[in-house]
Amino acid sequence: MRQPRDTLKNPQQELRIFRLRSLLAVVVVLTLSGLLAGRLFYLQIVEHEVYSTRSEKNRVRVEPLPPTRGLIYDRNGELLAENRPTYNLTLVRERVDDLGETLALLVDLLDLPAERVEAFRERSRQRQRPYQPALLMSDLDEAQIARLAVNRHRLPGVEVEAQLLRYYPDAEAMSHVLGYVGRINSEELEDVDAGNYAGTHFIGKTGVERFYEDTLHGEAGLRKVETNARGRVLRELGHSDPVPGENLTLTLDKGLQHLAVDLLDGRRGAIVAIAPQTGEILAMASVPGFDTNQFVTGIDVDSYRALQQDIDLPLFNRAIRGSYPAGSVIKPFMAITGLRDGAVTPGEVIYDPGYYQLPNDSRRYRNWLRWGHGRVDLERALEVSNNTYFYSLAHELGIDSIHASLKQFGFGQRVAADVYGQGAGLLPSRDWKRSRFDQPWYPGETLSVGIGQGYLQITPLQLASATAVLANHGDWVKPRLVGDMGDEPVSIDLADTPPDIELEHPEWWDSVISGMEQVLSGNEGTARRAGAGLEYRMAGKSGTAQVFSLGQDQRYDAEELQERLRDHALFTAFAPVEDPEIAVAVIIENAGGGSSHAAEPARAMTDYWLLERDHGEVPPQAAVDDTQRSEEEE
Amino acid sequence: MVDFLLRRAHPIKPTASGMSRRRSLWERIHLDPWLLGLLLTLMSAGLVVLYSASGQSMELVTGQALRFGVALTGMVIIAQFTPAALQRWALPAYLLGTAMLVAVEIMGDMGMGAQRWLVIPGVVRFQPSEMMKLAVPMMVAAWLSRRELPPRWQDLFVCALLIGVPVLLIARQPDLGTSLLVALAAVFVVLLGGLSWRVIGVLGALAAAALPLLWMNMHDYQRQRVLTFLDPESDPLGAGWNIIQSTTAIGSGGLWGKGWLEGTQSQLEFLPESHTDFIVAVLGEEFGLVGMLTFLALYLLIVCRGLWLAGAAQETFGRLLAGSIILTFFIYVFVNIGMVSGILPVVGVPLPLVSYGGTSSVTLLAGFGILMAIHSHRRLLPR
Repeated sequence: MRQPRDTLKNPQQELRIFRLRSLLAVVVVLTLSGLLAGRLFYLQIVEHEVYSTRSEKNRVRVEPLPPTRGLIYDRNGELLAENRPTYNLTLVRERVDDLGETLALLVDLLDLPAERVEAFRERSRQRQRPYQPALLMSDLDEAQIARLAVNRHRLPGVEVEAQLLRYYPDAEAMSHVLGYVGRINSEELEDVDAGNYAGTHFIGKTGVERFYEDTLHGEAGLRKVETNARGRVLRELGHSDPVPGENLTLTLDKGLQHLAVDLLDGRRGAIVAIAPQTGEILAMASVPGFDTNQFVTGIDVDSYRALQQDIDLPLFNRAIRGSYPAGSVIKPFMAITGLRDGAVTPGEVIYDPGYYQLPNDSRRYRNWLRWGHGRVDLERALEVSNNTYFYSLAHELGIDSIHASLKQFGFGQRVAADVYGQGAGLLPSRDWKRSRFDQPWYPGETLSVGIGQGYLQITPLQLASATAVLANHGDWVKPRLVGDMGDEPVSIDLADTPPDIELEHPEWWDSVISGMEQVLSGNEGTARRAGAGLEYRMAGKSGTAQVFSLGQDQRYDAEELQERLRDHALFTAFAPVEDPEIAVAVIIENAGGGSSHAAEPARAMTDYWLLERDHGEVPPQAAVDDTQRSEEEE
Repeated sequence: MVDFLLRRAHPIKPTASGMSRRRSLWERIHLDPWLLGLLLTLMSAGLVVLYSASGQSMELVTGQALRFGVALTGMVIIAQFTPAALQRWALPAYLLGTAMLVAVEIMGDMGMGAQRWLVIPGVVRFQPSEMMKLAVPMMVAAWLSRRELPPRWQDLFVCALLIGVPVLLIARQPDLGTSLLVALAAVFVVLLGGLSWRVIGVLGALAAAALPLLWMNMHDYQRQRVLTFLDPESDPLGAGWNIIQSTTAIGSGGLWGKGWLEGTQSQLEFLPESHTDFIVAVLGEEFGLVGMLTFLALYLLIVCRGLWLAGAAQETFGRLLAGSIILTFFIYVFVNIGMVSGILPVVGVPLPLVSYGGTSSVTLLAGFGILMAIHSHRRLLPR
């Protein structure tokens, strides 16, 4: 053994120290090991459940499978709302090597607007779940898809994803009645079952799409998948298929609807047609319409503002929300009221000097014909639309009686069973006036209501519906838009259908209807020109509603003003008289007298429905759409 | 005295006293069969875990086995040297290592965000700090073994100098973890050498006082690691991800584990670094508490056997060095399992002989080679 240089070294003491110290080390080692073992025991035994759950949550992802939205057909099986595949450009950042280079190439290939790319860059800077595709551009056209396909190898991480998008082939003509779907907003999300809508991006916003949202949407399915840490799906663990939404077959007739839009010919107005015996709404047009397809993908701010600020209010559904003074179209219903309450009989004659005066009142309420119609009975009063007769009748009935009766016809009510967003119009009463103006009801106001002026306001839908009840001799059917749901006829809750209107002498219905027939066929009929050459029996009534003052939102413009101060033209009709198949209400804003402007469209509607429809004519636009579709499928 | 040493000469074979004076086969090849057996068991079990942790890459496992082969060869070679020879090499090895650390400091290659590698292009990539894990304790042991023990203040000053220079160089790379481990290995030598408890108390207090200083000199990512350790949920997708996923993996393993190759955390890549620093999480997930405790027991057996061998060493140098090597080995185990199970901050310490990686296995087995050399080269008739 080599001699230690330090002679003071004491090997035995060193060994003793070492042994003591290593014994201490063993104690420390065991303590630390115990600490580790304790920690492991805590993690793996005590907290096992917690970590087990967490690990399960890590790997299992539940992906909602959105159901396919139900299609919407018209009564003849013409497609009104379909789902079209569209293609979106998405980008998975984790798979992109060089984001800047890729974006530059995409801008080059697709002519992407610079601000869109900038917005995307901005968004992608925020932290997000890895491996989630981010939307770069929606609705690619075929040329763009082709260019992407050719350059695919240069674009790792860039994907073209297919998505079903709602498409309305007849967007403009059907805009108000069908409504549209749009992206769900947070408010709407609160009202629906979040689970069922987890994978759904669109929800019905108005019209049929809104009212039948639950039916059209269907039930979401789900897919349990195992994913790795980067979100890539490795395998499916479980699966439940979505239940697609029910297809709806509407009562609308596409041809009749198109005709209605064409008849309005760009004028502001509405036409509603109802099958009186079933309540089926055959047409419900409001002009101007708008392109609902714009709203599906998200309308840009400028276009939306333009629609909103358009003086013609294209977004406004006149057919169900437009409140118009009724004018003389109220007279048949006044006549029924008079007959029912015994205020008048069909044969009773009054003398019309050209005006009416309330007792003890010097004010003269004028007939539209200054020198009067002379001797007038009920039928003639309707034929010539005599005011004096109805002033007298209204005075005799009083507002309470009028209010009760018109209410039974559905005025002042939301009448249709399944129309979203109906307006109630305005049916005035003593109570209404007191709460609205804190004033009593004046007898003169009753006279105004008697000829459809004053406070009374009606919607085109109400007018068509009331006319259908009249055509049915008082039998009520609620108007409705949907015929079949899937293959089953739809069951609509008709419990709150108003009671039928009954007359003590049922033949008196014919007296009123006969008066209405004379409107179109009589020598003095206000719409005799529109009634020329009728091949069936048609009953109708014209109306002219005075526009009293400017609306608040209308700008002052000399030429515009003149046009917008003109009277609204109204006409309501049904045919054939003996077995009514169609009731139609026409309102054209600021068109002048009802007999001249609104009667002819009404006649065209009944002509189409009763005479032309069976020829099986396919409206030209539908044919064009079919060819477009088949081209796209290739 | 002679009797005592003779009795101590055969601590591992109590029955050997009855045998002839002829040295056994194990003694002739200078290997300790118990230690070797335990190491081989650990390494084989580690390869099984590695196969699962690497996403069932046979390539990776054969690569690791090959490295083990090289490292074992190194161990056997080193075991053939006498402790005296090792003691003679302490100074040259220490100087060479320090010189290389300086070289790294000057022209070091940027790797993994820190300068740790010395590269001779096309020939070798070498981490001098790895070598210093052995060279520094060797140097300190060599120095102390020539001094009277327990060490006095001037000895401690020299030791502090010997330790401080390379440790600071490594810390500057920056590789705080390794520098601390190197320092610890050397400190173990001093502690085993008999540093008085009073001095230990004073130094401990000083170290505690120096902690804020250390914090202020830390790099941002190092601070982040400490902060993340204190509250992993503060940044679950970022720096906290590792620790959340590793504790989840271990905890979800339960008593028996999910089964080999069945761990979802590791197989589905939720667990980062699953085949290197975080491999113990795979073990915990797939083999449960039972697997973890089995490995822990294996490590403890190795540590106990190592300490036994150290205690049996004839000379102070070998004793101190062997004790330091085996205690450092345990510290690796403790720090690694501690960080993966979330009771220590994340530092880059692999699980000895199980984590994938060649350099650390070579160093570790070289250490065990020294241990065996110290034990097996003994003079039967000392003066």
